[in-house]
Amino acid sequence: MSSVASAPPPRLSNQDSTSLLPNKLARSRPLFDPEIVRRAILDSFRKLNPFTLAKNPVMFVVEVGAALVTLFLLRDAFSKAQGSLAFELQISLWLWFTVLFANFAEAMAEARGKAQADTLRKTKTDSIAKRLLSSGKVETISGSKLRAGDIVIAEAGDIIAGDGEVIEGIATVDESVITGESAPVIRESGGDRSAVTGGTRVLSDQIKIRITSNPGETFLDKMIALVEGAERQKTPNEIALNILIAGLTLIFLLAVATLHPFAVYAVSSAGSGMVPTIAVLVSLLVCLIPTTIGGLLSAIGIAGMDRVMQHNVLAMSGKAVEASGDVNTLLLDKTGTITLGNRQAVEFIAFSGVTEQELADAAQLSSLADETPEGRSIVVLAKEKYGLRGREVAEHEAHFIPFSAYSRMSGVDIDGRLLRKGASGAIAKFVQELGGTLPASFEQVSDRISRTGGTPLAVADGPRALGIIHLKDIVKGGMKERIGQLRRMGIRSVMITGDNPLTAAAIASEAGVDDFLAQATPADKLEYIKREQGEGRLVAMTGDGTNDAPALAQADVGVAMNTGTMAAKEAGNMVDLDSNPTKLIEIVAIGKQLLITRGALTTFSIANDVAKYFAIIPAMFMATYPALARFNIMGLHTPQSAVLAAVIFNALIIIALVPLALRGVKYRPVGAAALLRRNVLIYGIGGIIVPFPGIWLIDQLLAMLHLA
Amino acid sequence: MTANGIVQIAVFFLIILALAKPLGTFMARLFEGKRTFLHPLLRPFETLTYKLIGINEAQEQRWTQYTASLIAFSIFSFLFVYGLQRLQGVLPLNPQGFNAGNVSPDLAFNTAVSFVTNTNWQSYSGESTLSYLVQMAALTVQNFASAAAGIAVAIALTRGFARQQAKTVGNFWVDLTRATVYILLPLSLLCALVLCSQGVVQNLHPYTTAQTLEGAKQVIAQGPVASQEAIKMLGTNGGGFFNANSAHPFENPTPFTNLLQMVMIFAIPAALAYTFGCMVGDRRQGWTIFTAFSVMFLAGALACYWAEQKGNPNFSKLGVETRVTAGQSGGNMEGKETRFGIAASALFTTVTTDASCGAVNNAHDSLTPLGGLVPLFNMQTGEVIFGGVGAGLYGILLYAILAVFIAGLMVGRTPEYVGKKIEGKEVKMAMLAMIATAFSILVLAAMSSVISFPSPTKDAKGQAVAHSYWNPPGAATANLNNSGAHGFTENLYAYTSGTANNGSAFAGLNANTPWYNLTLGLAMLMGRFFFLIPLLAAAGSLAAKKKVAETLGTLPTHGPLFVGLLVGTVLLVGALTFFPALALGPIVEHYLMLGGKLFAFAVFPIWS
Repeated sequence: MSSVASAPPPRLSNQDSTSLLPNKLARSRPLFDPEIVRRAILDSFRKLNPFTLAKNPVMFVVEVGAALVTLFLLRDAFSKAQGSLAFELQISLWLWFTVLFANFAEAMAEARGKAQADTLRKTKTDSIAKRLLSSGKVETISGSKLRAGDIVIAEAGDIIAGDGEVIEGIATVDESVITGESAPVIRESGGDRSAVTGGTRVLSDQIKIRITSNPGETFLDKMIALVEGAERQKTPNEIALNILIAGLTLIFLLAVATLHPFAVYAVSSAGSGMVPTIAVLVSLLVCLIPTTIGGLLSAIGIAGMDRVMQHNVLAMSGKAVEASGDVNTLLLDKTGTITLGNRQAVEFIAFSGVTEQELADAAQLSSLADETPEGRSIVVLAKEKYGLRGREVAEHEAHFIPFSAYSRMSGVDIDGRLLRKGASGAIAKFVQELGGTLPASFEQVSDRISRTGGTPLAVADGPRALGIIHLKDIVKGGMKERIGQLRRMGIRSVMITGDNPLTAAAIASEAGVDDFLAQATPADKLEYIKREQGEGRLVAMTGDGTNDAPALAQADVGVAMNTGTMAAKEAGNMVDLDSNPTKLIEIVAIGKQLLITRGALTTFSIANDVAKYFAIIPAMFMATYPALARFNIMGLHTPQSAVLAAVIFNALIIIALVPLALRGVKYRPVGAAALLRRNVLIYGIGGIIVPFPGIWLIDQLLAMLHLA
Repeated sequence: MTANGIVQIAVFFLIILALAKPLGTFMARLFEGKRTFLHPLLRPFETLTYKLIGINEAQEQRWTQYTASLIAFSIFSFLFVYGLQRLQGVLPLNPQGFNAGNVSPDLAFNTAVSFVTNTNWQSYSGESTLSYLVQMAALTVQNFASAAAGIAVAIALTRGFARQQAKTVGNFWVDLTRATVYILLPLSLLCALVLCSQGVVQNLHPYTTAQTLEGAKQVIAQGPVASQEAIKMLGTNGGGFFNANSAHPFENPTPFTNLLQMVMIFAIPAALAYTFGCMVGDRRQGWTIFTAFSVMFLAGALACYWAEQKGNPNFSKLGVETRVTAGQSGGNMEGKETRFGIAASALFTTVTTDASCGAVNNAHDSLTPLGGLVPLFNMQTGEVIFGGVGAGLYGILLYAILAVFIAGLMVGRTPEYVGKKIEGKEVKMAMLAMIATAFSILVLAAMSSVISFPSPTKDAKGQAVAHSYWNPPGAATANLNNSGAHGFTENLYAYTSGTANNGSAFAGLNANTPWYNLTLGLAMLMGRFFFLIPLLAAAGSLAAKKKVAETLGTLPTHGPLFVGLLVGTVLLVGALTFFPALALGPIVEHYLMLGGKLFAFAVFPIWS
């Protein structure tokens, strides 16, 4: 076990994951922000352009249908054909509305991203860079002229001109432009905190930076493009779903197109009634093809990306978000994710002949100068439990011994006493070298603590071993419940730690994870991921160090911490701007939510067709076969009102479902079987039932308003 | 419905249930290349076959090669059957002296396509058209070959799910040979002997002329019936030796043979569901498919039986008793054999159209509108209720792909079925198959319902130019025996039967004209190959995929919920595609019947 003092220094910005998310990127807007709605309405008209609409086969068919009905309407208007002009006009209007509503859904989803991109763009000012020439001189050039490989110097107050790596110095940097978090962070050369981002501002000190990206390719540029959805590509599942609904559209096109000759035969052999008009046939087609999902599909995808963004995570592709829904195994780093970042003293165990009071006193004295979280926790415990207050050691002749990797202990020489605390092996050696003997319970106690996942820290006063401090990894509150949720979602959680297997096992059982990887090296991690993938599982992980990069790249979902190195950020397919590893769990939920929303609306869309048949088929053939009136179970007023009501319902349902598409169907962390039962009930059975009262109601209104 | 009727349906179902596991296990072992109890006896025949056709048994094929082999085999078979029919006049085993004049080129085309595609639609009457040689060497052989090919495709698709990261899906020739040698031939032999014992004829005699009691002369057709009858059922072919098919006493003499024939139809398709479960390593998957089959079958059988037993209310108004009494079965007995009665006829109708068999033991044209809706809808689902040998399994797997894809997303994962991710490629192939089916049925039926052929014209010399080659002049619908909604159903049924490769005839359609022979031939080709090739492509892409681990978050594709989803998908997709057409056919006819309107019944040659 390494000693306490090897714990990382505290971060300047404390990103305790249980605190509220500092979502500044989201700049939380209400779903229907007036500005966004205005923008979306304009865009929905722009999107009527058939060349752009052709990418969406379902809505393209609706547009062609709308155009066709409009043409027939114009023909009938000019040929003064009487009768159904008002009907044809209403049908054509509602068909156009159907297209517009679908466009609006997509535009709404896009507009949110665009508005965010605008805000980001405003922060992107052209900075002045101080480029270090090979001669050692510094020249001032525009930030946009920097190329990868250039070396620049940034001092307090400077805006860093481009993405890069600190190669010399240490500085505090305000990264609020990117993260929304106002607390400054430390950036220093070497190690895992060397990456700086263009557009952020140096607050103190001076650093030398090697620029790693060309203008236009910086992290900020990438971020703007992502937020704006400029680089949005259809995800594999979205493509497959598009094929399905395009195929269904084709099948319904066949069903409706052949209905015309069938009707010709029926009418001629029954000798009564009329072959349905183009307006009625197009209405039937539009009602049958899956316009609900066809109209909302891309909005769902964009909104999914947007939701990830609202959690301050930057997904490099929609594919990554989709894959996160499929994740089977989550690799969670112990420190900072499962446990609070550092160990805390929870108990003083005195050896026989030593009072706890005495032990606590010695422990506190030895830790007074120890600024590590562990050291402070000892001082605090001694104060809380034994009423010992921190003393002014300056009155005494005190000499503090700092921790060293060689001695593996720290302490204080005070008033002739040699107080030491440290790893049990080191203290044992220290005591024995001074001629002392170890109490019989020394080994016993430290083993017991190790077994329960704690860290034993022995305390000695010269040759006298006083006792052991029990340092404990504190599992974050609620972690066990969340791991339990993951398990119910069918996701295995694996804890990754550098601890020995004994300690790891204890914490793993306390946190309730399914598996753990102890004494893990980056190579072990990579190996573990490959093995999981070999068994057909999808793996998600977080990482920040350069040595995490291979594993991040190998993982199906790799979330890099924004505080991490450039290499890590490039290897992963998401960047968490809050650098909060626990967020992986939320990302998985968002991925699932995205897929559920798609499935739910597809099911709903197809299930809706049943009611539409009951509305339109009797309306079409009531004159030919009056017996079919039995099928008019909704009791719709007239054939025209029935067709119109179905078309209106079909259009309105799109707009009614926009909020659901944008927000996503609520995801519950229960098993697949329970989830399926619930969603089939709501969106399948519900999808069959809902249109009946809906169409009936619209029909009543139409009759009341004498519209049909 | 009577208790007796329900018991008949229940007994039949229990027999199928009992057969599924042993036969299914046997087939799984066979196609996994393991030894079976028949190997000591039949292995020499198998290896001999490979030697004769020059096949390396161990060499597997990619899906493209597999498909190419299947198509090459089908083309060869087509040419053989076509040639043999046209040349029957100069070939032996032809006691009645039939010749090319009995089989026009368009009829020979239709028949050849029909038997190669496992449809067995018959635009002809066997006993007055084809020689014994054609019946045996062409048709009976095809009954084996097309059934074995269907099994092969189903097995290839199953391998797609069972294998991982594999490039190949099996060897078509090996699968074809094994299906024939180990399954179809032994079972057929066994069943043919049992059928003979019940009175099915098996001879090469010329037709017998008999003196009836009234003193009239009657020609009684003969032939090698039992051998064809066995594979006609087992291979879900359904092409009768005689025109009257399984209503003919020489084909289906007793209630026992009737039960046996129905069991033979369902035996292999039901067992294949179990085979699927075995081969993908999760028997529950097989039972789930079996359950979905059963739910739809029982619903259809009971609906058909209910409708037929209820009969036509217009008879009661005329004072005709149609209720069950001690002395009679009641119900709609028109077109049914008295030795089978209502329940066994309705059951047979359901079974033969659930599976793509198409044998009939009663006149489907005479079913009540709702009774007739059952077989029509069964076929329109793509015959996925047990279905044809092989075809039923690969058909239901297509629906499983769709069900998983639509509903599977609702568990928050990209869809997967038995461990395989269902992605763009699989969805595309499934949709292609669905579109081909809908296209073939709807477009061809629509054409026939409005197309009209010109009247004979005179040329410059005043000579009458032969009227349209395609059909007698006038509307194509003139070939229908009934008008209105019933006529519409007759037309729709024909193209549905052809596309679904069922082959049962609703009858009431004079289909032996070039127009119908060719369009129905086209329907059979589309229904077979545009359905099966996409699925083989899906098999190829599935086989290449890794298996995804199953977790609590995986959509369970077994159990009642998934059965419900699968059945729901079949019914919803089928209903949504064909509802408008069905509304204008049997549905409106039903309501018209309740209102007292019936359709004119013309005299027509039955079951052709």
